[in-house]
Amino acid sequence: MSKLSHLSRLEAESIHILREVVAECERPVMLYSIGKDSSVMLHLALKAFFPAKPPFPLLHIDTTWKFRQMIEFRDLTARRLGMDLIVHVNPDGVAMGINPFVHGSALHTDIMKTQGLRQALDRHGFDAAFGGARRDEEKSRAKERVFSIRSAQHRWDPKRQRPELWRLYNARKAKGESLRVFPLSNWTELDIWQYIYHQDIPIVPLYLAAERPVVERDGALIMVDDERLPLEPGERPQLRQVRFRTLGCYPLTGAIESTADSLPAVIAEMLAARTSERHGRMIDHDAAASMEKKKQEGYF
Amino acid sequence: MNVERAQPQEDVSAWLAAQGGMELLRFIACGSVDDGKSTLIGRLLYESQMLLEDQLEALANDSRRIGTQGAELDFALLVDGLSAEREQGITIDVAYRFFATQRRKYIVADTPGHEQYTRNMVTGASTAELAIILIDARKGVLTQTRRHSYLVSLLGIRRIVLAINKMDLVDYSAQVFADIERDYREFAARIGLTDIVAIPVSALRGDNIVEPGASMPWYRGAALLQHLETVPVQDDAGAQPFRMPVQWVNRPNQDFRGFAGLIVGGSVRPGDTLRVLPSGSTSRVARIVTADGDLPLAVAGQSVTLTFQDEIDISRGDLLATAASAAGVADKFEANIVWMSEEPMLPGRPYLLKCGTRTVSAAVAQLKYKVNVNTLEELAARQLELNEIGLANLNLDQPLAFDPYSRNRDTGGFILIDRINNNTVGAGMLQAALRPAQDVHWQALDVSRANRSVQKNQQACVLWFTGLSGAGKSTIANLVEKRLFAMGRHTYLLDGDNIRHGLNRDLGFTDADRVENIRRVGEVARLMTDAGLIVLVSFISPFRSERRLARSLLGPGEFFEVYVDTPLEVAEARDPKGLYRKARAGQIRNFTGIDSPYEPPENPEIRIDTARMTAEQAAEQVIEQLRLAGVIDRDWVFFP
Repeated sequence: MSKLSHLSRLEAESIHILREVVAECERPVMLYSIGKDSSVMLHLALKAFFPAKPPFPLLHIDTTWKFRQMIEFRDLTARRLGMDLIVHVNPDGVAMGINPFVHGSALHTDIMKTQGLRQALDRHGFDAAFGGARRDEEKSRAKERVFSIRSAQHRWDPKRQRPELWRLYNARKAKGESLRVFPLSNWTELDIWQYIYHQDIPIVPLYLAAERPVVERDGALIMVDDERLPLEPGERPQLRQVRFRTLGCYPLTGAIESTADSLPAVIAEMLAARTSERHGRMIDHDAAASMEKKKQEGYF
Repeated sequence: MNVERAQPQEDVSAWLAAQGGMELLRFIACGSVDDGKSTLIGRLLYESQMLLEDQLEALANDSRRIGTQGAELDFALLVDGLSAEREQGITIDVAYRFFATQRRKYIVADTPGHEQYTRNMVTGASTAELAIILIDARKGVLTQTRRHSYLVSLLGIRRIVLAINKMDLVDYSAQVFADIERDYREFAARIGLTDIVAIPVSALRGDNIVEPGASMPWYRGAALLQHLETVPVQDDAGAQPFRMPVQWVNRPNQDFRGFAGLIVGGSVRPGDTLRVLPSGSTSRVARIVTADGDLPLAVAGQSVTLTFQDEIDISRGDLLATAASAAGVADKFEANIVWMSEEPMLPGRPYLLKCGTRTVSAAVAQLKYKVNVNTLEELAARQLELNEIGLANLNLDQPLAFDPYSRNRDTGGFILIDRINNNTVGAGMLQAALRPAQDVHWQALDVSRANRSVQKNQQACVLWFTGLSGAGKSTIANLVEKRLFAMGRHTYLLDGDNIRHGLNRDLGFTDADRVENIRRVGEVARLMTDAGLIVLVSFISPFRSERRLARSLLGPGEFFEVYVDTPLEVAEARDPKGLYRKARAGQIRNFTGIDSPYEPPENPEIRIDTARMTAEQAAEQVIEQLRLAGVIDRDWVFFP
């Protein structure tokens, strides 16, 4: 009897989770953040429902500060796959002129991302949302459930999270409540890259090294993706060979210097890497906003 | 032995190809912080180089600040989020950790080892293929060692690694190691654990973790990681008979009808004959469809979509099984149950049971015993509390295809879900179907309930009066019965107090007894409707789930829930029997409305607001509702 590889087992488990939600929930949606984890999650959804198309739309919560290449990639992907794509921008945030420079990353993330997500879920009446979070990302994620129940106000109540045994997931909920479901819970960052490599999954080119205009701030390399980035006196963008380990709002995402311009090179570099993934994401550095707190407020 | 990653820069593609074929091992680590469990897991993460520079930096900082190892790294800090969680009031439960060596990926279920966390250990063990049981060499086999081993064995884990830790504190003594190993094997054999590999280690010093150390030359076996790299994994699922619970019917167009699911036992090829359970129909597999093309063979652990040669009726919740060795089908089972909710498990109360992809309604018919997890004693019990384990008989409202849990975890394991709050409240393992011979056969009767109703010129039904003590249930029910009687109807009134003098005089007022009280009355009421009677039931019946159970015994349109709605202050002011006074004085315990809850009906057929009408008006309202429902003929002429 042939044994399954770890990637095959992870793949089968994720497909099982995706199908379970579609079978038991009325209106699922897939949170599509355009990053590598989203790319893998979307790829798994295509497999789970083949030859049918995944029976749910993609939802992107656009903070208006994403890299331009991300937006191009997003629209191209949806068109290529013929998937419905819902793009939601928090109109209140736009009206308030929220931006990460003036208001800080915590407030920006809360209003544009967390509040925006809640608005979109409410507006469309989605009762289950897939997210690409993984348990290996951060200490507090290690005990996150695959099916995470949220109140009608989208709050995460640690006392109400359900035990998950075997492959049995409980998708039942009261009216107004919803689920966040994480099909990639048991994947590690390395698993994601290996799977992308083996399955030849398209990713945003920003993950690969290229010459890009950056400025250095507080030890992080910030890419000057458009003219909205206010330059400090004397600050001048320099062209450097960089890539990104995670993608988010460009003013909040640090690049690393790298020459890895192919997938194997990225993986090789990652294996030798000495800095963990979320290090490059500024939102985690805001002391007041621990992951637990953000989750309780409705962040993924 | 080399746990360092290869230097992939040299040939990443070859490395990636090799990595693609790596196996996965899921295991659980059992023990408390005192046994050095966190240190051991931290050490495994460290040695397998899963730690990156910023994490190491944080670890070094924390070790200096709050560590217990002086200037050295305190590995326990890597995984001990627990104290922080306690401060934040967050549930402490299962955390999953990940690491890899050259040959395998590992997922470790890490659960706190204290007594009250049976629920978490069971959860972590349910997906594990192997368990590491940690023992402090200075202490030997403890009560908690026995408890962990029992739970591991209950959840069907057969492979045990007995990690006898802190060997450095017993001078690396071969004798201490041998004594503990012997003690443990003696105990383990009694609970059916025989596949045990004992390894003397020091998680703190790193002895026998990655490689055999110089400190214990008398030990000739493998180091812990060496063993984890070579122990056989997932070697039983493929040899089993084929099983696949149907998750979802894939129907993109008229030409394609596929059945999607994850294979949980055996293998399948096109042309195989499968049986659909519980219906029993069979067909041959036409194709094994995946996005990567059709497969000639699919095995346990894969998610696939099957199509069949014939058009047969298959839906979500069905089990596809090899026709040669089909699973059993039953609606009565014996099962081990682990209770996971603050609210106790009550026999008779209906819960939802999910097994595979099928969800049915189930109630515990009889709790045979509960287990003291420390002594393995079997104790008589009427209910299960949080973290208790028992053996019970279950009644399902629909047949379920299954295998005994010992043969297949996925077709024998189930969860129980509360019908009101939707929480997962229990987990269980099906042992066996209860053989029909053990049951009393149902005697088919030639005269049906319909015949009897027609003979009496009425429609048999149950009027279920619920409300607080002193709400006026019996008064109103009595008036309704008098009027029906005067109309020439055949009725009977079951009154709570009266029934407790006879049929239910063995029952008290605990939650478990209240459930049984209502179950019996529900059954009696059902028998009486079979006899063609209009049955009036006047019971406080405080719990929604029991009223729902009573309703489920009857057909649609035959159950009328009459909510006698009287506010507590009003009922208490009336206090016709002086019971509220006694309850307030503490002379009566578990009194509904005082120290036991009343759950009002959400959608009663009839609601009576006693604050706004007299008992006579209320009785008239009930009669009118029965007319509207067609239970009583409008044109019936009667002579008062």
